[in-house]
Amino acid sequence: MSSDRPPPGELALRLAGLRRDYGERTALDGVGLELAAGESLVVLGPNGAGKTTLLRVLATLLRPSGGEAVVLGCSLPGEAWKLRGRIGYLGHEPLLYRDLSGRENLGFHARLHGIGGAAAAARIAELLAAAGMERRADERVDELSAGMRQRLAICRCVLHEPELLLLDEPDSNLDAEGRELARGLIGPGGGRTRVVVTHDPDRHLPEADQVLRLGIGEAAAVS
Amino acid sequence: MTPSRVAFAAILAKDLRSELRTLQSLPAMALFAVTTFVVFRFGLDRTSLSGSLASGVLWATLLFAAVLGINRLFVAEREEGGFDAIRLAPIDRSVLFAAKAAALLIYLLALELVAVPIFALFFLDSVEGLAPLLAVLLLADLGLAATGTLISSMAVNSRARDLLVPLVLLPLVVPLMIAATGATEPLLALGGPGYERFGTWLMVLGLYDLIFGLVGYAVFDFLLED
Repeated sequence: MSSDRPPPGELALRLAGLRRDYGERTALDGVGLELAAGESLVVLGPNGAGKTTLLRVLATLLRPSGGEAVVLGCSLPGEAWKLRGRIGYLGHEPLLYRDLSGRENLGFHARLHGIGGAAAAARIAELLAAAGMERRADERVDELSAGMRQRLAICRCVLHEPELLLLDEPDSNLDAEGRELARGLIGPGGGRTRVVVTHDPDRHLPEADQVLRLGIGEAAAVS
Repeated sequence: MTPSRVAFAAILAKDLRSELRTLQSLPAMALFAVTTFVVFRFGLDRTSLSGSLASGVLWATLLFAAVLGINRLFVAEREEGGFDAIRLAPIDRSVLFAAKAAALLIYLLALELVAVPIFALFFLDSVEGLAPLLAVLLLADLGLAATGTLISSMAVNSRARDLLVPLVLLPLVVPLMIAATGATEPLLALGGPGYERFGTWLMVLGLYDLIFGLVGYAVFDFLLED
């Protein structure tokens, strides 16, 4: 678990002219912003504007094609390896193995992040309770509804207490109760920096410190 | 960074648990091997094989059965986002190669636990050669696990995965098969096992294992990169 969270006020993200190409197609171009540690950035834009690409670049899952990206003090892509374990990524895929139960999945991810034994069991129990998943935790993931999988994915995302949360449509498939429970786990506060991609600005704009609007073939705008 | 042995154990345990629960690879591999022996038995119209023919039938069957498992080795990682999970975790990515190769090695040993006795039952007059054959099987399995893991990780993102694995893998394992059949042939000779050039073939197998083990470990990190 990380213990070197940057102090509030220090920059968690610094992007300048960030670009990402897929072959000859440019998915992301000219993104620039600065986000202080502990702040929330909400990313808006139509389908295909590059929101998911931006998150995957920040998560070190994609290499930037150009520009500058410094995440938690680490320059991408050169220092990407230093970021592993400091980021909580919630993407379109829950990153859960369907043949394993929710508890087994969380145990697997805990071990990958160096959390084992009683500490892992306690942390997993705490998260499952917070997500309202205790009673379904021992069922195989492929037997769970999409909303239940999303709750487990949120547990996985924060299992190792990351400094930076990268959340792609975190409310997907969640009912009203699920959204409230998720807010407790991945909502603002607690000193964590958050980047939230959403198509639901009414819900997420009130908690945003900055808003990034991405357009197709338009310059990115920060407000 | 999470210690490599912890990550290795976590990935290997996850794979074995998943296979034991779903039985997606091992039964198919074993069934393929048994069916192929039946086909050889009736196709060759022989109740007894020895020497190079016995060695060829055994290794061709084991190799093609292994391809079934190799094809599926990384499917869960691709379809369920496991590659991203590994890339986000503070672990040496080569650990994934080592854990997957270990899982494949266990599948191959389990396959042989079923296939070799059936092969002996169908085709061998004497089982004397089976004890030294264990060394050949183990060394050949190590090489097949290393090469198979490497090729499977390269092919898994392709839609033509089922075609790519045999097309790329089979030429690469030709030296392994030459050494394995060369070492096995005198062990299954008519009149009892012989050991001419046995040590040489074992050394060739060991060298192949070392080379492909090191190549896989060295390049795997790059294969996981965007």
